[in-house]
Amino acid sequence: MELRLAITSHSARVDPLGLLLTAAAAAAWCCLPFVIFKSNRIMPGEPRALQAVLPPWGVIGLPAVLLLTAVVALGIADAKRRLIAALGAIVVLALAIAAAANALTPAGNRIVRVAPGAAFWVVLICLGLLATDAITRLRPRPLARVLLLAVCVGGGMLALRYGPFGNLSVMREYAVNAARFPLELRRHVLLAAGSLIAAVIVGLPLGILCHRTPRLRPPVLGTLGVIQTIPAIALFGILMAPLGALAGAVPAAAALGIRGIGAAPAAVALFLYSLLPIVANTVIGLRRVSQAAVEAARGMGMTARQVLARVELPLALPVILTGIRVVLVQNIGMVTVAALIGGGGLGTFVFQGIGQTAIDLVLLGAIPTVVLAFSGSVLLDALIEVLERTPSAGREAAA
Amino acid sequence: MSGTNLLRWTTLGLLLAFLIFPGRFAPVFAPLTHYGAPPIYDQGNLLMLALAQLGTVCCAAAASTLVAVGLGILVTRPAGAQFLPLSRTLVNIGQTFPPVAVLAVAVPLVGFGEKPTLIALFAYGLLPIFENTIAGLRSCPPTVLEAASGTGMSGRERLRLIELPLALPLILEGIRLSLVINVGTATIGSTVAAKGLGEVIIAGLLSSNTAFILQGGLVTGLMAVLLYDGLATLERRVSRAVPLD
Repeated sequence: MELRLAITSHSARVDPLGLLLTAAAAAAWCCLPFVIFKSNRIMPGEPRALQAVLPPWGVIGLPAVLLLTAVVALGIADAKRRLIAALGAIVVLALAIAAAANALTPAGNRIVRVAPGAAFWVVLICLGLLATDAITRLRPRPLARVLLLAVCVGGGMLALRYGPFGNLSVMREYAVNAARFPLELRRHVLLAAGSLIAAVIVGLPLGILCHRTPRLRPPVLGTLGVIQTIPAIALFGILMAPLGALAGAVPAAAALGIRGIGAAPAAVALFLYSLLPIVANTVIGLRRVSQAAVEAARGMGMTARQVLARVELPLALPVILTGIRVVLVQNIGMVTVAALIGGGGLGTFVFQGIGQTAIDLVLLGAIPTVVLAFSGSVLLDALIEVLERTPSAGREAAA
Repeated sequence: MSGTNLLRWTTLGLLLAFLIFPGRFAPVFAPLTHYGAPPIYDQGNLLMLALAQLGTVCCAAAASTLVAVGLGILVTRPAGAQFLPLSRTLVNIGQTFPPVAVLAVAVPLVGFGEKPTLIALFAYGLLPIFENTIAGLRSCPPTVLEAASGTGMSGRERLRLIELPLALPLILEGIRLSLVINVGTATIGSTVAAKGLGEVIIAGLLSSNTAFILQGGLVTGLMAVLLYDGLATLERRVSRAVPLD
């Protein structure tokens, strides 16, 4: 009712996105549960009414804050204010769900689970979209985007560490797996980044070679393209046999940790998947370097190697980095599957969770994976934009 | 050209022969097994599994094509232009979601089986199609659009008769990308009990039978390559039919 009032009073210039998000959030708020109470971690939960679980400040405060945010989303065009409203509402929403979890959990009870319900997730997504839209409209510079990401991720981690969130179901799973979590996280990052670095070391020269000898291009790119079509779990599995045989035949390889199961086949498979985007983008990037720039460099008396190092590669760098960004995001996602063959990483939690039908454990693996991939993508995007804006590169590319 | 054609039809014939008469290929896979393990997957019909996987992928692709093309049209009209920057950002964010995570999160919502796989493939397939639809619709030369308006076409007619046909090759390319990614991704669906070739691969992983892993992987890979190739041929036909300069 109040929502409709807010809409009509601003009907002169209602923001269409704000209208859509407010409608979605309001519908979820009315029809879906906000909190789910489970008597243990694998039982199906039962919804609990907000009034029954929140302390008085929350029962009035949370709807009031959300309503205020809706008014901002509907009627205020200024992107900065919309961003502040959305981020503020996300903080209040998080505090409310933590308060609900604390109120529903009997003191000292480690068996019950209190999970955010569908309404919480829908409202959170709507607020996230509002914030994303505001950021998109603000068009922040690369450095500002990285700073914003650091503040959000760092703030979120500090809040989860020191804030009142310990009774939420995901955090309960974290507490159970606290010793393993940093290890799996490290392994995840190492597998994703290690195979990326190896692929850059091999793929960059291979791409340069393909650029120089056009005859090589179709067979190399074709082979790498076919590798991409083999599903990840199959490639992991197929590599188990030769690596296992290698470890059996060459003791030194086994001593290095190369084994049929575990991280080795995963690392090799990720490396093979990573090659195509890097080689293909190196070829495209080098081909797009203007011939005039290359001629000018030659005219100045540069050797072929100098032309490559000082002119061609710097100019092709943004395109090559775009390939590296694709690989990084793809690898972080694919490492999850490596858990199936004992490769470790955050996928361990995901597949254990699927096996135990414990959704909170799935989220403990899935949410950090998404945050990792997203952060990597933002960081590399910022780097690419900085490089593209570099005046010397722009001038030479335009020449 | 005939060489490529020969390779194409041989691949297809080999794939079909293997799926219909897998028993005949037992000698090929026998060296990969140990201790008398079965060389050919024997816990289900390979052809049925392949068809089930293809069916899931095509259903998901049809749904994502409808939604993605619809959304792409919406945000390139004047009325929806305000949603364009946000939707592009969302496409970029969506690409950072690993398919396993989408799959795992869908399980508690809809249960085990085909449904979470369909949802994950649907969501994952949206992005390339959406991006290519927008790129295709925006790449229509303004002079062509003005000429269309000048001949008295309404906005809807212009969309149906000019813009969509011109954007079709790019849209098809998006569908092709999303189909190929999804044929591979669908194998992961077997971890949540969807029917498909992932079953074969996982059976191989569990019993350390490389022959099974190879069968599941190769059939999936070949299906993806053939789909990619077939759709690429279709695209070339379509773009030849649309004379645009």
